[in-house]
Amino acid sequence: MRNEVRFSGFGGQGIILSAVILGRAAVMYDNKFAVQTQVYGPEARGGASMSQVVIDDEQILYPKVSVPDIYVIMSQEGFEKYGASAQESAIMLIDSTLVHSRPKCRCIEIPATREAKLNLKKDIVANIVMLGALVAATHVVSEESLKKAILDSVPKGTEELNLKAMQLGLQLGKQS
Amino acid sequence: MTRVEFWQGNTACAEGALAAGCTFFGGYPITPSTEVAEHMAAKLPKKGGVFIQMEDEIASMASIIGASWTGARAMTATSGPGFSLMMENIGFAVMTETPCVVVNVQRGGPSTGQPTMSAQGDMMQVRFGSHGDIAIIALCPATVQEMYELTIKAFNLADKYRVPVFLMTDETIGHMREKIIVPDTVERVGRKPFSAGSPPFRVTDKDLIPGFPTFGTGQHVHVTGLTHDERGYPAATHPALHEALVRRLVDKIENARYEMADYDVINPDAEQVFVAYGAPVRTVMQVMHDKKDKNIGFLRIRTVWPFPEKALFAFKNAKRFLVPEMNLGQIAREIERHVCVPVRTIPKLGGELHTPKELVAALEEKP
Repeated sequence: MRNEVRFSGFGGQGIILSAVILGRAAVMYDNKFAVQTQVYGPEARGGASMSQVVIDDEQILYPKVSVPDIYVIMSQEGFEKYGASAQESAIMLIDSTLVHSRPKCRCIEIPATREAKLNLKKDIVANIVMLGALVAATHVVSEESLKKAILDSVPKGTEELNLKAMQLGLQLGKQS
Repeated sequence: MTRVEFWQGNTACAEGALAAGCTFFGGYPITPSTEVAEHMAAKLPKKGGVFIQMEDEIASMASIIGASWTGARAMTATSGPGFSLMMENIGFAVMTETPCVVVNVQRGGPSTGQPTMSAQGDMMQVRFGSHGDIAIIALCPATVQEMYELTIKAFNLADKYRVPVFLMTDETIGHMREKIIVPDTVERVGRKPFSAGSPPFRVTDKDLIPGFPTFGTGQHVHVTGLTHDERGYPAATHPALHEALVRRLVDKIENARYEMADYDVINPDAEQVFVAYGAPVRTVMQVMHDKKDKNIGFLRIRTVWPFPEKALFAFKNAKRFLVPEMNLGQIAREIERHVCVPVRTIPKLGGELHTPKELVAALEEKP
């Protein structure tokens, strides 16, 4: 089973890190295969940032995402540039605090930035909220693996904050 | 005990160098190779090695040549524009038979071109870019795993053959993160020992490789880019001596091309045969997997230079070779001069990897 996941938002939200964490969870803790790629151009610094992950039970041959089946979109520009063309069978998680457009495919609205600010006093962890919601909604990796990959990847001293963000995301994802 | 990692290609390259015992890195940062230097800067000093950011790529190449003569396994990493600057000293390394490893994470050229995009446009430059008749070794990884393994192999080949060895990768493989199994131990082939007292460039073995007289071990060695005799002293106006030297430098590599050849032959009875190296290998593998057709063959090459032309002859029924490259057909031209059937280049410029669809279209076109 091959999943192709695309993340987009603006530079600074942790879009690339989200993709790295997801790929790491799949490879290191779910014993799957994953390839993570990203856009390296100047748009990655401020404009629409984009990163993609292929997850598969088998060895991944062609490493690039052709047609994403899962989207995580965290900015309006990111939606327009990298989300608007989503095929109808895809699932799109949207940070509804920041994105006002809606796709033709199944859409899960997660007010990640608002909830992170209200509950955790830090909107910087909105990307981790989205990751939690993604896993609750799609089970593309296990919750336990996601947790371990987050702990591997976030700065020392922020572990508790990030785990709370993940839990918040899991709840929001399960409710939707 | 092996371990699993989720590494970027450039990280795997740096880790491979560390595992191979690289103790010197001299380089100048350039996208998309910078992560190699970053990783070496973070890790190498902690292992007792030396990392130096040089003033440019000319000096970077010079620094690894100097380090190598002290016995160090030495490496640099760059991309197209920096690679162009290295050409002169690459020739010096060839002429002085200095083992060293040069990583080129290829991006779109000419000139500064496309810093963040992928290409394979330097495949002929690495072979012929430095002036004079030279022979070098170039390896092309297609996975993050191979970034690690071929970096180690590059050090071993450099030491064995006393020649610069190039890891000719591309932005696609350099920047992707992927699963890799890291082994506990790695194979290490050292330099041929030098017998004290003999002239430093005297060759007595069939492999045409002289022993290596490491600086500081008591042997007086003169190292020059000028045509030199077996003592290492300039003899630049002696026609026969020059011819013998240059022929030996080329023959020691070209004569060993089957010995160092590294490739896979898939479906040797096929009539249509893909040939690929580096990132396009991944697209060909996808097409092979999707089509499951014994009539589609694949030659996957890891040692592009010296070119293992014998591998082409494994496909006895080949009616056509298809060669996807992220350039306008550089290795396709090398293949053309070895086979008598049509060679269909599948060039791709712009910085993106061939899609499976593009290869299938070339496969299915009417001849």
